[in-house]
Amino acid sequence: MEQQRVVLLRRSFLAGLGLAAGGLALGLAAGDAEAAPPAPLGPTALPSQPGLRTGVFLHIATDGTVSVVCHRSEMGQGIRSSLPVLVADELGADMARVKIVQGDGDKAYGDQNTDGSRSVRDGYEPMRRVGATARAMLVAVAAKKWRVPAAECVAEQHAVHHAKSKRSLDFRELVADAAKLPVPDAKTVALRPVSELKRVGGLLPLLDGPAIVTGAAQFGADVRLPGMLTAVIARPPVVGGKVVRYDGARALAVAGVKKLVELPGPQGGAVGFQPLGGVAVVADTTWAAMRGRAALQIEWDHGANAAYDSATYREALSGAARAPGKVVRKVGDVDGALAKAARTLEAEYYVPHLAHAAMEPPSAVARVDANGCEVWAPTQNPQAARTEVARALGVDEAKVTVHVTFLGGGFGRKSKPDYVAEAALLARAMGTPVRVQWTREDDVQSGYFHSVSAQYLKAGLDADGKVSAWLHRTAFPPIPSTFDGRVKTPSDNELGLGVLDLALAAPNVRAEACDAPAHIRIGWLRSVCNIFHAFAVQSFIDEIAHARQADPREVLLEVLGPARHATPAELGVQKVPNYGAPIEQHPVDVGRLRHVIERVTEISGWSAARKAGRAVGLAAHRSFLTYVAVVAAVSKDALGKVQVDEVWLVADAGTVINLDRARSQMEGAVVFGMSIALHGAITMKGGAVEQTNFRDYPVVRTTEVPQRIHVEIVKSDAPPGGVGEPGVPPVAPAIANAVFALTKTRARELPLRRLGL
Amino acid sequence: MIILKVNGAEQKLDVDPETPLLWVLRDVLGLTGTKYGCGQALCGACVVHLDGETVRACVTPVKRAAGGSVTTIEGLSPAGDHPLQRAWVELGVPQCGFCQAGQIMSAAALLRKNPRPSNDDIDKSLAGNICRCGTYTRIRAAVRKAAGLPTE
Ligand code: FES
Ligand code: FES
Repeated sequence: MEQQRVVLLRRSFLAGLGLAAGGLALGLAAGDAEAAPPAPLGPTALPSQPGLRTGVFLHIATDGTVSVVCHRSEMGQGIRSSLPVLVADELGADMARVKIVQGDGDKAYGDQNTDGSRSVRDGYEPMRRVGATARAMLVAVAAKKWRVPAAECVAEQHAVHHAKSKRSLDFRELVADAAKLPVPDAKTVALRPVSELKRVGGLLPLLDGPAIVTGAAQFGADVRLPGMLTAVIARPPVVGGKVVRYDGARALAVAGVKKLVELPGPQGGAVGFQPLGGVAVVADTTWAAMRGRAALQIEWDHGANAAYDSATYREALSGAARAPGKVVRKVGDVDGALAKAARTLEAEYYVPHLAHAAMEPPSAVARVDANGCEVWAPTQNPQAARTEVARALGVDEAKVTVHVTFLGGGFGRKSKPDYVAEAALLARAMGTPVRVQWTREDDVQSGYFHSVSAQYLKAGLDADGKVSAWLHRTAFPPIPSTFDGRVKTPSDNELGLGVLDLALAAPNVRAEACDAPAHIRIGWLRSVCNIFHAFAVQSFIDEIAHARQADPREVLLEVLGPARHATPAELGVQKVPNYGAPIEQHPVDVGRLRHVIERVTEISGWSAARKAGRAVGLAAHRSFLTYVAVVAAVSKDALGKVQVDEVWLVADAGTVINLDRARSQMEGAVVFGMSIALHGAITMKGGAVEQTNFRDYPVVRTTEVPQRIHVEIVKSDAPPGGVGEPGVPPVAPAIANAVFALTKTRARELPLRRLGL
Repeated sequence: MIILKVNGAEQKLDVDPETPLLWVLRDVLGLTGTKYGCGQALCGACVVHLDGETVRACVTPVKRAAGGSVTTIEGLSPAGDHPLQRAWVELGVPQCGFCQAGQIMSAAALLRKNPRPSNDDIDKSLAGNICRCGTYTRIRAAVRKAAGLPTE
């Protein structure tokens, strides 16, 4: 890991965040960065300081108020309620005197992309280090004042205390002198023992709760600027399509419509984050813009993807998964072992495209003037938004400011800033601030879709029924195709989501990646390829169990093998992508996976949970360095449709900062996974998405949700894993396995409702 | 000219009478607590009260509210301390929060008519409100808490 050290922050940095100058301001910098001299304050000063690399910034004002910058986006995972607590605990601050400041998009924060379930994982160490450094500086000042050894002083409740002499000084009284001290060497600053972090791991209050329940929280669509107009855009129904000609007379006749603006489509070979183009209707209200769009007459050239059809494509995908692909993982001799097997089993699984359908459709507000561009957006990735806006406008990034609002859900959709660039282009064209509003139809039809996939699995069983050979082929249009249209082969990173990192006891294992060209924008969606990989693998293991007439729990544990760290050599790969984390720190720990399986079957009463007319299914999966097992109980409702009765989920996410938010993420993951299992399907016809809104792209409603979703978070002091995504993958296979146990119908594809279940 | 009361204050609006109430609230009156989620009466993000009854503002032409009284999340309680709002915060219901104004407004109408709802009553009343983040089990518990019922 790169050497980083704590440095004092420049005043310009504080100004950019709207923080008062003065007081103590600390951040982390790459090892070679110099502590920066104070820079002049200016109203437009943007936070940037050479060498600053990581998103940890702490400021203690002269009145003692502690500000922590949250550089990652809030989208329901509770990051704003979590990371600051870590700093506060390490520092010894009173949460009532801690403020959180939302960081704009700036490289100075290091990586700000809020995806991959890693905000806590990335921030855990650095946050504590900065908090500990500030504490050491405050303690040093107090100790000097009292002429006592620093080791006798403790920082708690926003003050430094010397127990022997019963003296205390509030941080407020120490901060000015602390700011004059040199930043102590990292070696002399000790982190508190974890047991001293009082709030971490407990039930923390939801910081933004009051703003949300009163309607005061500002989401992207809620930003209002003086003179602002609203735009709704008619985008090409087929990716790569273009406007041939359009008649805007009727649109312009709608009261309130100001102007029609044609937007260019993606330039160059790849769509990337570029807007799709089309015709924008700019009006003084959203309603006028919507009506104007409905009145537009556009003739499209649908372009090269006009033949994309889900039914035909499925056959091609299935063909690809049935034929040998690129070998990406290999141990032993699978073909030999299959030939010798007492029995072989094979199955093919299919999962369709999915749309994110976050509750808040994409929206962004932009203002462009001679000085540059300022945008307000619900974005998971403000730096990418900044880059894309600069590229679209042809200006330097330094001229673009991206303010991050609350996100009404993200799930991966809002890491792609196409909608932010649209707002910037329109604001420039209009000379006024413009808010772009996507309708739900736009969101369902013009997204970056979760990839459609076909997988073929084959297992050889020996005379005892043990798996001796395992073949897994996976075919899906890969995400990198969005950035380079020629890419057809799944990438290592995508294969690292449930294929390369799957620990198996079988001595002969081979995995192959099969080519599949993309015809729409493919993007990551909450837990990404883990969704279909876990569905196939966990369904297949259940199939093996039933074929052996054995208990699925016993077979799952047997197929995974004994507790151990599965090394790359054992897995038969060069390298486990491992979500970017070092394998030494985050091993593929079969023991932890076994533990969550054992716990979830214990708390659900695995065998006892089966009652008359009710069956249970089990699935477990490691993703985002977190281990999750799910038991689902299903029965039939009055109409004979499968309903999910009760769900148990056990997660080992390592160290958890905010237990309540971790639980709520897991509860949400169960519901999200249920939507995938029961309903989710985006299908294509003539290159265009067939679904339009929640009517034909349903998601789970309260009437389908079990009265009880039990979540248990394993107590662990392992390094933190992800929380937002890893709950999702095991849900659909657990339900599908339960459905088999109930109905003897094996769902080898999703969603279940489409199978009439 | 359309005259109506919004959160107790009289508003005189010079708008197309067909304009959905949602866009009048959001774009004309600047009350952005009421959300757009589907525009088709499918998600409940836009639920407000019109003369005490829930309506989906996205499909309610403003003329239907003429002479009536509209309550939005901003006007549900003077200090943001309606029992539902308190329960929502205490039980940590919101994730992203985007659906929650609609959920709370639907639940508030339910509790006014049915102060001790059954689980089934709660589910039926909230069936029109989607929460993509999946906070449903906590929403139910918070409604029960606000109603003084056991939360489990
Ligand atoms: S926005 Fe009105 S019901 Fe969805
Ligand atoms: S809290 Fe995000 S949609 Fe309900």
